Parts: sequence; structure tokens; C-alpha cells
Amino acid sequence: MSNTTGPSAVTLNVNGVPYPIVINTDRTLSTVIRNEIGLTGTKEGCDDCECGACMVLLDGRPINSCSYLAAQAQGREITTVEGLASQDDLSPLQRNILAAGGVQCGFCTPGMLMSATALLNENPSPTKEEVRIGLSGNLCRCTGYARILDSVIQTSVEIN
Amino acid sequence: MTMTIANSLDDVLSGLANGARPIAGGTDLVVGSRQGKGALPDHLIAIDRVHELATIDVGDAGTRIGSGVTHATLMTNPTVVDSFTAIADAAALVGSPATRNVGTIGGNVMNGSPAMDTGAPLVVLNARAELRTLESTRLVHLDELWVGPGRTSAQKNELCTALVIPQQPESSGSAYVRLEYRRTMEIAIVGAAAAITLDDGIIRSAHVALTAVAPTILTVEGLAPLIGKPVDETTLATVAELASEQAAPISDLRASERYRRQMIGVMASRAVDAAARRAGGETLSVPVNRALGVGAQS
Repeated sequence: MSNTTGPSAVTLNVNGVPYPIVINTDRTLSTVIRNEIGLTGTKEGCDDCECGACMVLLDGRPINSCSYLAAQAQGREITTVEGLASQDDLSPLQRNILAAGGVQCGFCTPGMLMSATALLNENPSPTKEEVRIGLSGNLCRCTGYARILDSVIQTSVEIN
Repeated sequence: MTMTIANSLDDVLSGLANGARPIAGGTDLVVGSRQGKGALPDHLIAIDRVHELATIDVGDAGTRIGSGVTHATLMTNPTVVDSFTAIADAAALVGSPATRNVGTIGGNVMNGSPAMDTGAPLVVLNARAELRTLESTRLVHLDELWVGPGRTSAQKNELCTALVIPQQPESSGSAYVRLEYRRTMEIAIVGAAAAITLDDGIIRSAHVALTAVAPTILTVEGLAPLIGKPVDETTLATVAELASEQAAPISDLRASERYRRQMIGVMASRAVDAAARRAGGETLSVPVNRALGVGAQS
């Protein structure tokens, strides 16, 4: 059992890198990732658990980081959109969403990528309905979703 | 403000005895604090790493669903899907995948919202909440636990550790149906759960409970006339009438009182129909909203 009195020193593991930081306990994971750790790929849209722009993976499963307390994420593996590419190579999903035209303004894209990445890790051959459910917590106001769905299906075809 | 990460149930119960408040997924607590429903507690104790809260155990006294079991687990766990299907129906409708990954049944129950999706299913399945302190354990019927919107009869030092559900008789089925405007990140406009036991196609027992039409989850009374009858248009109309009569909904931005009162009858009769079909051996996929085309379409 660890007891922390805020502001307190915590270590967050983000994309395989331990970040020792000092934060208040009421800080949400999204603000800490963006403002303390400096990884701004994670977006804050509604800041109310509705839009999914803040989606990150916690031990491999998508969560809304705008509504998760950073101090509670100690000892967990956090993955952000910056953790998807290896060196200069985009992940297959990232390549496909670009190729399919699934990115317009781009604000929802990091969250979409995190939800879809988790979905494909858990279920490499999702049906279109399963992709819809997997992405149901992510809002996009530009694309109409069709090309995003296509890119996830295309990726599942490639990885199988 | 402090955050303690508990690794054992004793850690949690000691923390509560010292005035800390529990946090599991935080999907109600953190969002609520930002929406002005109340500041975050000064001392939080994270209970999501306590293994003994996250198990589903089948025993002689019934099935014990740990309070830390997430909605994502509830909607896929074979015991829940097979024996307590209404709970799986409800869990599959909660929020989005991200909500279901961290939101828990204990959080849903103890948050005490009259719109909670797992509440009505638990009531029709005759579940009790296990409340523990360092010194004591008690089982509380849910109608004694919920005393008003967002209020429970649990003491501050008590943790809901599990929901305990008795084994259902042979030829039983349950279902939860929700009226919704959209398929994701939705809160029940109204909802209804039913648990039905059949004897050769004839209703042997019937329980119906309603979501978001009263200050707490509402149990429908007066279902005795259904016993001994088949599930047909007449019995379903009786259910609808009783549900609409007994509902005491409010008007708010999601729906008017009048609309809720009308729709709760429809939802209650659909829930009974779906539960009876499951009791009769038919497979209706989870959530039954999608299987029957009830609620918002994609």
C-alpha cells in the first residue's frame, strides 16, 4: 500500500518510459500526460468522458484519460498515440487511416487510433459491427466515420 | 488531497475506517466532481487492484459477484451471461468500451442513481449487497440499500464488497431493456428488467423492476395475476399497464413525465417477453436491445 500526500511524487510509465513527476492528486491523467510529461498527442475535447479524444491505453485497455486520476495510474503501463509508431515507421493502422482518408482535422485521430489498436490487439478479425462498437466511444465531426472503419478493417486483413 | 492505492481488502477497510472514500474506475466520481456534483473527497483509496473484489464465485449460497468486477467482464462472463443475463444486457449498454473497462458493478450500485443500468436487473434477480467493515459483514436487500437519488443506507466505513445473487430455478430467464436516444454514452431514458420462470410455457414466477421512473429503482407490485398464464398479448398488456401506473417519473431534459410513463410500459412488456423467451430456451444475444432492435439503431 502506498500513501501519497499531494502534491506528491509519483512515477508514471508512459510508452515504456518511467516519468518521475510531482503532481496534485486531483490532476487527471490527460492533463499530466500533456502538461507535465509533454506528450501532446493525447487531446482534451469535451473533458467530460463523452468524446474519446483523450483515449489512452491503461495496461492495454482503452480509458478516457480526462476522467482518470493520474495518481491512480501509478504502476500501470500507459500507452499514448506517441507509443504506436516505432522509430520512423508508422503502425499499420496509422498508415491505413492516412491512406484511407480517415483523417481530416485530426483532432479525434489519436483517440481513434488508441481504441482501434486495443480492439485489434484483442480481436484481430473484428466484424464491421465489432469495429463500430470498439470505436463507439470516439466522436469524429469531420469524416463521417466510414473511412476510419475501412482503415481498421483493412488493417485487420493485413495482420491476418 | 491524498490517494492511497490499496492492495488488499484490509487496506481498503482500514482506509475507510480512517475517513477515506473508495474509488474504483472513477467514471462517476471524477466526472461528477467536475460537473459540480460535489468536490472530490480529501482522501481517496483506490480499490481497483484488490484482487478479491474482482472475482465471480459460484457457491452454495448463490453467485457472488465482486464489487470490483467491471462492466466489460459482466457482459462476457459465462456465468453472468448464462444465469443472470439481464445483468449482462445492462452492463453491455453502459457508456462506451472505455467506461466499461474501468466502471464496476459496485460503483454502479453504490452511486445510487435511479438511472443505473445494473440496478433493475439485480433487483429482479433478488440480489443482496454485501457490506463490510473491519469488524462486520452484512447482506442488505437493495430496496433497503437505496434510499434516494445518489443516497444509500450504507455507513461511511462500509464497503460494498460484492453482490450476492441466489441461484435461479430451472427454466428461468431474465432481460434488461432500455429506451435510449443513441447507442453509446447514453443514460437510460427509462429501462426495465424482468426475471421469469416458466413451467411448460406457463409463468411460474415473474419479477419486474424499473429504471429512471422513481427516486430509486422501482419494483413492480401486483404481478400475481400473471402466474399460471402463458406469455401472450394479454399478460404483456397487464405488465405494461402495471408499470405505467406505478411509475413516478419526473420531467427533465431527457424526457417528459408523460413520455416516460408511456414508454416504461412498453419497455416492461418487452423485458418480460425477452426474459420469457430466454426462459423457454431461446438464445437472444447480449445486449437484448440490439438483438430485438429495441432502442437507438445504428
